[in-house]
Amino acid sequence: MKFWPRVMAIAWKDILSELRTKEIISSVLVFAVLVLVIFDFAFDLAPNLMLEIAPGVLWVAFAFAGVLALNRAFIPEKEENCLEGLMACPVGREAIYVGKALGSLFFMLLVEAVILPIFALLFNIAVLQPELIVVTLLATVGFVAVGTIFSALAVNTRARELVLPILFLPIVSPIIISAVKASALALGGTGWGGMTSWLSIILAFDVIFMVVPFLVFPYVIEE
Amino acid sequence: MRPRILLGLSTLLILAALFMVFIYVPTDKDTGIIQRIFYFHVPVAWVAFLAFFVTFVAGIVYLVKRNPFWDIVASASAEIGLVFTTLILITGSIWARPVWGVWWTWDARLTSSLVLWLIYLSYFIVRAYVSEEERRARFAAVVGIIGFVDVPIVALAITLTRTQHPSAIIFEGGLAGSMLATLLVSIAAFTALYLLFLAVRIHLGEDEREIKSLKEAMRE
Amino acid sequence: MKSTAESSSVSLAVETSGLGKSFGNHQALRGIDLKVAAGSTLAVFGPNGAGKTTLIKILASIMRPTSGSVLVEGLELRDNAEKIRSKLGLVAHQSYLYANLSAWENLDFYARMYGVEDRGKRIGEVLELVGMTTRRHDRLSTFSRGMQQRVALARALLHKPSILLLDEPETGLDQQALSAMWDIIHRDNCGRTTIFTSHSFERALPVCDDVVILERGRIAYKEQTCNLNLDSLKQKYQECTQAVGK
Repeated sequence: MKFWPRVMAIAWKDILSELRTKEIISSVLVFAVLVLVIFDFAFDLAPNLMLEIAPGVLWVAFAFAGVLALNRAFIPEKEENCLEGLMACPVGREAIYVGKALGSLFFMLLVEAVILPIFALLFNIAVLQPELIVVTLLATVGFVAVGTIFSALAVNTRARELVLPILFLPIVSPIIISAVKASALALGGTGWGGMTSWLSIILAFDVIFMVVPFLVFPYVIEE
Repeated sequence: MRPRILLGLSTLLILAALFMVFIYVPTDKDTGIIQRIFYFHVPVAWVAFLAFFVTFVAGIVYLVKRNPFWDIVASASAEIGLVFTTLILITGSIWARPVWGVWWTWDARLTSSLVLWLIYLSYFIVRAYVSEEERRARFAAVVGIIGFVDVPIVALAITLTRTQHPSAIIFEGGLAGSMLATLLVSIAAFTALYLLFLAVRIHLGEDEREIKSLKEAMRE
Repeated sequence: MKSTAESSSVSLAVETSGLGKSFGNHQALRGIDLKVAAGSTLAVFGPNGAGKTTLIKILASIMRPTSGSVLVEGLELRDNAEKIRSKLGLVAHQSYLYANLSAWENLDFYARMYGVEDRGKRIGEVLELVGMTTRRHDRLSTFSRGMQQRVALARALLHKPSILLLDEPETGLDQQALSAMWDIIHRDNCGRTTIFTSHSFERALPVCDDVVILERGRIAYKEQTCNLNLDSLKQKYQECTQAVGK
């Protein structure tokens, strides 16, 4: 199977490149923290009410941070036309999609791992619950699956920073809705049982949006 | 030739529908006269869904066959779909005001329609921001495919969160005979209207394309 | 130096028939019938917009043709793209190299992508070949255009391709870098087929076996180098590119 070594090579290349500049991670982290802080200013509520809106705030921060991170995914491939270099390699176009998606997944999970404790601090909520972590993981996979293909598309339009959020946010709205509901349940102490319907939506989304973009990605980057 | 048949057919059906909606069918005893908008709201929602389905299929066919005709079909259908989605929101609003007292409410169906509206707006934004024709058609097809696949999931997620919307009366069998008949005629009328608009818009799109290629030929 | 027209029993590295590419209403290439013998070197000339880059990209399987077929070493490109790509090396206008990574890391990445065996050793070899061994751990962003081109060449040669494609490799290089580049290509030759596009007759003629002139997407002229000299080629080029009323 020549597929996975190539995919991992692409993902590793992205991670290595990012480790050099730390461009994506730093800007996305700062942005996410800013979103959290602004929400705190905007909604000056009593602590118990803050708890009500906390899951929503968290996922707004993740969604916008996600857009920022995903926007960066294909920019390095535009410089020096590296995407063409990848297309000339003896591997299917789908490998580029999966490789880039894995790279973005890594970055997003890293950012989320830092944001969650900050969120816990600002909102006085215990976040180290397995339920919340699983929800975050599953939802992020969905974000990245859709965001990667849209990022490849947006980078080829005349207003890439504008096009990606407009495409991305409505499409992933089911994830955001389900993640907020599930997070609220998790933070409220409900066990796995109460979260099943929301988790199944996120899971169904993940499966569908790993398959469909996989099939359609070659059409986005072809010339 | 075909548009004329469609024009005749839709005119007939629309007149029949209007007659049935405003004269034939009795007023609903629970919600009053405003309930009649149901006979527009439901067909309009059906047509929007049909339109986006056509965009989905036309997009796939384009990617396989690369015939620009299919891109024209996809784009024309999406345009009609967007207009009809706007109509869903408007008719929904008109109903909401007297019945629930507000112009807008974040209930499941309306919110899903809003998200649908945003998805297909993004379809046109992508088209607007890509200069090359071939690439535009390809990208639009991709957005049309991903967007349509998302529609059921959006509906599911939102419906699970909130429901203030009157439940699907049709499927519960709670519709009186005359109401059902009116609804079906109305659906048929709007479908005919959709096909008419689609045929006209496709012809327009083909003419646009021809003019563009003539202009380019003159430039060379 | 083999020439394509010499023997019909010579195997063809590349063969196109009726190759065409259109972008919307614009026909970038049309009716391209090309035969390139294995081991030979072909130079493609033509004014800007003639379709040289499009041709190279299609041969590299980066771009899909809208009509016609391409056979690479007897295999249809459309159906065997992945297999064929492992035999192709490409040096393009842009370097295809990542600015944040070092020369070594860039080459390591591409070595993995091409499934090169004994990666470390081979990377060392190509770096040696292009004379960039001392700067292998420096970031690409610190390199001059000439040095980047050299690493790009190393990238193209990593997997020992049997066909090397170069799209205007001379752009932005000074005389020294240019002769260094052609030197490297010849040194590592071993029966490789080379196809390159060029604007310079003086530099191209000494190194190629066959010449093709593209004009507005069509092959306007093709000839073996042994039947040409610099002046006749220049004259032919003038004729082809000034022909009015096509």
